[in-house]
Amino acid sequence: MKYGVNEHGYYGDFGGAYIPEMLYPNVEELRQQYVQILNDPGFKAEFDQLLRDYVGRPSPLYPAKRYSEKYGANIFFKREDLNHTGSHKINNAIGQILLARRLGKKRIIAETGAGQHGVATATVCALMGIECVVYMGEVDMERQAPNVSRMKMLGAKVVPATSGSKTLKDATNEAMRDWINNPVDTHYIIGSVVGPYPYPEMVAQFQSIISLETKKQLLEHTGNELPQYVMACVGGGSNAMGMFYHFLDDESVQLIAVEAAGKGVESGHSAATTFLGREGVLHGSRTILMQTDDGQVVEPYSISAGLDYPGIGPQHAHLYKIKRAQYVNITDDEALQAGLLCSQLEGIIPAIETAHALAYLEKMTFKNDDNVVICISGRGDKDLSTYIKYFGY
Amino acid sequence: MNRLNKLFESKKDNLLSIYFTAGYPELNTTLDIAESLEKAGVDFLEIGFPYSDPVADGPTIQHSSEKALENGMNLNQLFEELKDLRKRISIPILLMGYVNPMVQYGIERFCKKAAEVGVDGVIVPDLPMYEYEALYSKYFTENGLSNIFLVTPQTSEDRIRKIDGLTNSFIYLLSSSSITGKNLQVSNAIEDYYKRIKSMQLKNPAVIGFGISNNETFTKACEYARGAIVGSAFVKFLETENYLEKIPEFVKAIRL
Ligand SMILES: Cc1ncc(COP(=O)(O)O)c(C=O)c1O
Repeated sequence: MKYGVNEHGYYGDFGGAYIPEMLYPNVEELRQQYVQILNDPGFKAEFDQLLRDYVGRPSPLYPAKRYSEKYGANIFFKREDLNHTGSHKINNAIGQILLARRLGKKRIIAETGAGQHGVATATVCALMGIECVVYMGEVDMERQAPNVSRMKMLGAKVVPATSGSKTLKDATNEAMRDWINNPVDTHYIIGSVVGPYPYPEMVAQFQSIISLETKKQLLEHTGNELPQYVMACVGGGSNAMGMFYHFLDDESVQLIAVEAAGKGVESGHSAATTFLGREGVLHGSRTILMQTDDGQVVEPYSISAGLDYPGIGPQHAHLYKIKRAQYVNITDDEALQAGLLCSQLEGIIPAIETAHALAYLEKMTFKNDDNVVICISGRGDKDLSTYIKYFGY
Repeated sequence: MNRLNKLFESKKDNLLSIYFTAGYPELNTTLDIAESLEKAGVDFLEIGFPYSDPVADGPTIQHSSEKALENGMNLNQLFEELKDLRKRISIPILLMGYVNPMVQYGIERFCKKAAEVGVDGVIVPDLPMYEYEALYSKYFTENGLSNIFLVTPQTSEDRIRKIDGLTNSFIYLLSSSSITGKNLQVSNAIEDYYKRIKSMQLKNPAVIGFGISNNETFTKACEYARGAIVGSAFVKFLETENYLEKIPEFVKAIRL
């Protein structure tokens, strides 16, 4: 693959494994084993079976009629919101729990922002009967309260991260500290295409099922497996990478990644990483991150907990730098309006993360026969209280 | 031969090193603290430059880093505070911190500046060996700086040998795989680990760090290595009023 990872874990200038020695044996174990495990026929069969029978894959590719009329193009929704647990995060969680079991791990830790990855991880741990600890920023525990209860009901322990901005970045720090303290029996299920190599690559491969299915489904719907545009929101970038993956080498397909502008990119309250960030090192990889001139990580802001992260995965940083994908951003207000529009035009209440991708449709101009795929990364149940508060329902 | 090598050559055991975060509890005290520690008989020092997301650190050093950043500490400020380092202090000095602030400052520039003020070595827990060797080791060598690597009970023998080859001052043995600020664990497995390291007959001496907080843990660590490093316990101590005056007591309580 032209845009793939090299032997040292780099995508162009980005990636690598910038980790303290305490994590080296764990990460090295993964690096040495993941390719072999992922390619093992037994692993593949189990992964596929669970995705089908437990997650409910393939997820539909829905031709969004009224959206198509409104925007003057053929718009398709890739319905990751219909997955068990309500988002794309379960694809990765299933893959990694199967991996963890093959590595003989007895305990799982995870970080979560919106709570979707935490719920997905708690779910697969329940499924496999493995102990689960989820770190979540204190601020996020409040704004995504239903997911906290869901995780607890699934048997996971939810630990509040109380340092820094008390959001996703801090939850990730806490999860890494836990992993350092538990070097032998614990596997860390990272929830996005971030972290030290091989995580970005592994998570991208687990999520690549999204674009694999989309190609087949598009062929059925349109007679062509390639659309003009593929769009997704980007927090760390896992749903976007899954949505882009099998289109990366098809250079005619325009890839659009939508970041969270928060209250506006110039407002000082934003999570638009490529717009505001510079190259550096965050959470184990060289990537683009929001930081001060002194290299201190800037606390991001977005109304959407899942996009409230100061970095992006290293492969995204590469796709951005070489301009293979276009990185744009959408404010809180634009996203919430798009969430309402989608609810009322299509009867689908999207996650606020997803609503960022939908909102960007307003800024595009299409030709009538353009085919456009948007990743509906998750459903809006967890965000109801935010929507209700904003719109006053 | 730098100051670190000389130290390890001239003093065989019970070496004591102290870590503290520059800019904590206040700015412009780095050399005052360092001087007091030297006078109190500490053998070498690690001066931390703060980072917003110190994943290898426990609550005490996290807090000191946060506070130091609030106070306005950064690498420019630190090098400014270290300007007269070698007029006032003669023991070896290491800088310790995370890689991103160094990357933004420029790693070559960082190494030059560190050497210029008289720093002897650097500890960067999240700078991987591959990147160090491929991209940065030349700047360290050119400037006569040692790069110190960590070793944990889980580090393989091959890797320890590689680390031993890449460094030229000492090896930083972690008492267990843990973040900073936990208590030293002594178990059979850990004793075996120390013995295993000793039996490897590495070219570099070893010093034990993480979890050394008092005389008991210091003495225990010195049974297995050339010395030990106290971090969180000293950073916590810096909360006390008139800490500069009390530094001799702190050091005395460790050494007895
Ligand atoms: C529904 C949904 N979409 C998107 C994201 C953002 O993550 P990523 O960029 O890794 O897809 C999240 C994260 O929690 C999410 O829950």
